[in-house]
Amino acid sequence: MTRRIYPFYFIAIALFFYIVFAVVPSLMGIYLSFTDWNSYSRAIHYVGLDNYRTIFSSDENFMHGIRNTVVFTIATIVLKTIVGLLIAVLVNKGIKLKNVHRVVIFLPSVVPMLVVGIIFKSIFNPETGLVNGVLRAVGLNQWTQHWLTDINWAFKSIIAVDVWKGAGYIMVILLAGIQSISHSYYEAADIDGAGPWLKFKYITLPLLMPALTVTTVLNLLYGLKIFDTVYVLTNGGPGYATEVVYTQVFNQFTLGSYGIGTALITVLFVIMTILGYFAIKLMSREEQNG
Amino acid sequence: MITKQWIRGPIQNIVIGLVSLIAIIPILLIVVNALKAAPEASSMSFSLPRELHFSNFATVIEKGKLGRSFANSLLYSTVSSLLCILFSSMAAYVLGRNKTKFYRFLYLFMIMGIALPLNYFTLIDVMKWTHLMNTQAGIIVLYMVTQIPFSVFILYGFIGGVPKELDEAGVIDGCGSLRLFFSVIFPMLQPAAVTVFILSFLNTWNEFLMPLYYLNSAQKWPMTLAVYNFFGQFQQSWNLVSADIILTILPVIIIYLLGQRFIIAGMTSGSVKG
Repeated sequence: MTRRIYPFYFIAIALFFYIVFAVVPSLMGIYLSFTDWNSYSRAIHYVGLDNYRTIFSSDENFMHGIRNTVVFTIATIVLKTIVGLLIAVLVNKGIKLKNVHRVVIFLPSVVPMLVVGIIFKSIFNPETGLVNGVLRAVGLNQWTQHWLTDINWAFKSIIAVDVWKGAGYIMVILLAGIQSISHSYYEAADIDGAGPWLKFKYITLPLLMPALTVTTVLNLLYGLKIFDTVYVLTNGGPGYATEVVYTQVFNQFTLGSYGIGTALITVLFVIMTILGYFAIKLMSREEQNG
Repeated sequence: MITKQWIRGPIQNIVIGLVSLIAIIPILLIVVNALKAAPEASSMSFSLPRELHFSNFATVIEKGKLGRSFANSLLYSTVSSLLCILFSSMAAYVLGRNKTKFYRFLYLFMIMGIALPLNYFTLIDVMKWTHLMNTQAGIIVLYMVTQIPFSVFILYGFIGGVPKELDEAGVIDGCGSLRLFFSVIFPMLQPAAVTVFILSFLNTWNEFLMPLYYLNSAQKWPMTLAVYNFFGQFQQSWNLVSADIILTILPVIIIYLLGQRFIIAGMTSGSVKG
């Protein structure tokens, strides 16, 4: 009976496309990462662990890209969570035009990153940009910076733009979490004379843990795959200062060194498989309990 | 205590107002400058345009060949999102109804795709084998594939709430599995399907890596790549770049404003259990 009304071919179409265009390339990539595959010669030779040695050697820049990716991921997880949580708590309170604020704050999430990059290139322009302009107008001339070309500021600026774009998304998820908390807890706390901080610490935060887990997982998976923010703002520059794994993958693609590029993606693939496995276990456990 | 409350209210409103302002300022900046003449816009400031140059939009459409890119983007996003809903909901339905270990594994295997990175290098080979390299169909297929895991995830969560008795009633009335799905189950999935469509439309409209890797002709470029290319050519004419940007983001903003209820429902249904 089950087999007849729930036929396997219903799954098969989606599964087929998913396997052919997502799974097969990844598995092929594992194999080809042990070769000298490139765009200018047809012959492919087995080179053992050479590509991986290149990636993890200290003479090359790849470790720098990996380190930047990790820094980016941790920084955006922390910043987006804090900012998103603060806004969510504020919006949830008796604010005027609550829905307008929610719509506006989420807006940056739907604007294409490529466009955001172009806009912020103008905003960060050292001579004519809005940021330095405002700083000059309020007399903080010494604070003006070459935001995207100064080695000390470029990566921070990239992180700032990403937080600007992504915090609204996190806010919406956390806001839904906060709104699902029953009022009776807060009423009980009021009777016991608890202030806003205690209520936040002992009611909101613990009951928000599932939503915070989800946002952390989303930010983690997003951060490790970061490409477009860096690509449009600095393209890895100045020098190699803001290189991340995916901009390096893209460079290898342009250079035609497919072997190394594939090895880089495979490193990411292994990490993401492990993280993804735990993330999915975590999320589907909540599903069963919920 | 009462005075404290009295102070806190306005402060909260001011803080949240500032946050909203920061969120919207870059977009307002673009709107203001898109209406200026070229020399006025060269500094990209907030000074209001002396006169409104709506002609910038016409210039951009002509110079940037935006008509074609707009049609391309519309084609890629609409077709891939529709196919994605169709195949994902069929898959989610059968995955959700079969409670065996094997189907559970298949479900987890598919939603693992949310996390996994695509291998752009080996994908070239696959695209060549399937004769999809440098074709519009290829981009549609790739967009569909990238959206399937998350869509299955959302729809799977929704299928659980559609009563199984409906299936049985359909079978008793003599429906085949296809007819049962399309005339009974699929209409029930509509709220989730709308969410999936909007999210996947926005994601694919904003994407630019796939065309960058797998399309060699500017004729087939979507809006995002066209605007980026335009920016490269007309870097000094911020009024035109701004006008181009507005035309690129207008569709997503309209869809967002119309469908924000569904977007928020979708994002939270997958992640927060109420």
